[in-house]
Amino acid sequence: MAHPTSQHHSNTSLARRAWNIRRTALRMGAVQGQGYIGQALGVADVLAVSYFHALTHRPDDPEWEGRDRFFLSIGHYAIALYSAMIEAGILPDDELETYGMDDSRMPMSGMAAYTPGMEITGGSLGHGLGIAVGSALGLKRKNNPAFIYNLMSDGELGEGSTWEAVMSAVSHKLDNLICIVDFNDQQADGKTTNALATGRGTEAAKWAAFGWHAQEIDGNDMDAVVAAFDIARALQDPRPRVIICNTKMCKGVPFLEERDITHFIRVEADEWDKAIAILDKDMPQ
Amino acid sequence: MTFSVPHEAPIGPLSRRKSKFAPRSTPASDGGEKLTTSAMIASLDSEGRNTISAPFGHALCDLAKTRDDIVGLTADLSKYTDLHVFAKEYPDRFYQMGMAEQVMISAAAGLAREGFTPFATTYAVFASRRAYDFIFMAIAEENLPVKIVCALPGLTTGYGPSHQATEDLAIFRGMPNLTIVDPCDATDIDQATRAIADHNGPVYMRLLRGKVPDVLSEYGYKFELGKAKMIHDGNDVLFISTGFMTMRTIDAAKRLKADGIDAAVLHCPTIKPLDVETIKREAAKTGRLVVTAENHTIIGGLGEAVGAELMRSGVFVPFKSIALPDEMLDAGALPTLHHQYGLTADAIAAQVKSWM
Repeated sequence: MAHPTSQHHSNTSLARRAWNIRRTALRMGAVQGQGYIGQALGVADVLAVSYFHALTHRPDDPEWEGRDRFFLSIGHYAIALYSAMIEAGILPDDELETYGMDDSRMPMSGMAAYTPGMEITGGSLGHGLGIAVGSALGLKRKNNPAFIYNLMSDGELGEGSTWEAVMSAVSHKLDNLICIVDFNDQQADGKTTNALATGRGTEAAKWAAFGWHAQEIDGNDMDAVVAAFDIARALQDPRPRVIICNTKMCKGVPFLEERDITHFIRVEADEWDKAIAILDKDMPQ
Repeated sequence: MTFSVPHEAPIGPLSRRKSKFAPRSTPASDGGEKLTTSAMIASLDSEGRNTISAPFGHALCDLAKTRDDIVGLTADLSKYTDLHVFAKEYPDRFYQMGMAEQVMISAAAGLAREGFTPFATTYAVFASRRAYDFIFMAIAEENLPVKIVCALPGLTTGYGPSHQATEDLAIFRGMPNLTIVDPCDATDIDQATRAIADHNGPVYMRLLRGKVPDVLSEYGYKFELGKAKMIHDGNDVLFISTGFMTMRTIDAAKRLKADGIDAAVLHCPTIKPLDVETIKREAAKTGRLVVTAENHTIIGGLGEAVGAELMRSGVFVPFKSIALPDEMLDAGALPTLHHQYGLTADAIAAQVKSWM
């Protein structure tokens, strides 16, 4: 019997959770006038499902031994995770205006020592999955049935260390490890598929060939995300699990979705409110 | 006593690698007997010395009897780091991570996050050069108690730069939170293994494996993390040495004694944090030439650390360093290389006499 988690106390829909996460991220971006808002808007549906459907956790006790561990390998996605953790009640809403400021608990790149609920210090890409391998081994040693979730980006598919970890997870039969790849096809210099990734429809096969249970889905289709997480968790199989989530940068704010360079998207001062206003017109129940 | 300060001579003869494929001498051409490169991990002048087998592996097994938190990981080098002793005794607490140093280090971090005390082993070149970012970010940034124990430190193999970690101390000294240990012998390794297991933070330890000479036990020595220990005192020279070079400075001191030079040996197995108080106190005693000695490049190791601390502390004394040159080292038999690069007791004694 899983410990009751926040989602069990609420009738709020996952779509509304995702919408709230997007809106909170935009408010945080507005504070600094910058931020990795494109990634936050794109991955909001995945985070909503993670924190309000899949993860077992206690918002008031982020270090509870029984929790599922959620690793943010992509440190620059911190704005997205802060938003999700604010929505989940792990972080207080009134702190969001400190995002990226001196002495804030919410630095631009996610670090474990700064933020409750931020499990690892990400940012040096290609690290999260390897740490997840060790933590999954550790949970097994303790007979702790919790899952390790590692959220990484498609850009990290280019790091050799990712593939060391991919092989290692199979070698150690880590059925308690769920890796989520946010595939938005953007990295700092342009499209991920112009670099080392081979693109939508091809990535899951690579993981499967290494021995993972691999799913590739539309990461902005809430039902598909829920179904994929359910399958990954319920699988009775010694394989580690990966969900490749094809997402759209800036999802939910059409005028931003259309911008070309979206890794670190430029948003003008007056556009933050405009983006929030667009979201507000379409608030789900 | 006064010291002449001769023009700084290069430390050890120049490398034989003069140019690509340059003809080398042959036994026929120079008539001398040639030694042969031995197994990858050559023994350290153990002839005539008492040795202890696999001190690290046995100490770890001993610790594991009472500490369930201790686990071992290796990147395909358990036999060459003495971790196989632990693996045999505790197979369910041993993780073979394959030839994948980056995930080994990251996984050690993950295990430490879950409350375990991982000992991760590989060669020093691979930990320092290949896995650095992972040690820095996954372990040191979060101050996790992972112990990285590495064979082939400095010049302890004749296989050439691919396996000679001549700059590992320089690489690691800049890493915040990391404790760095360079033990001398079997006694040191046995005690240091226990001490680092008790230290609540990351440690990099240089390892001698296999049959390891036992030298320090006859001096009533005890390893203490962060402490330099006086092996024996002397009035003319103060050796400050680390790692197996303390075996060599002890022997060099004996040779110097025969020439009427009285040398003290201060063994400094913890490179970071450096025992600044002891080093300052000993160096400040007047009338001694201070000579650091290390199995590491002259750049960024013990010598530079000690020299800088003394200058910052206003302790201005005659100061020399014995270390490896800033070069890609040659391949060859280890005794040949130690002679060539000035790490033998004879070479140290001769060098010190030239400085007096």
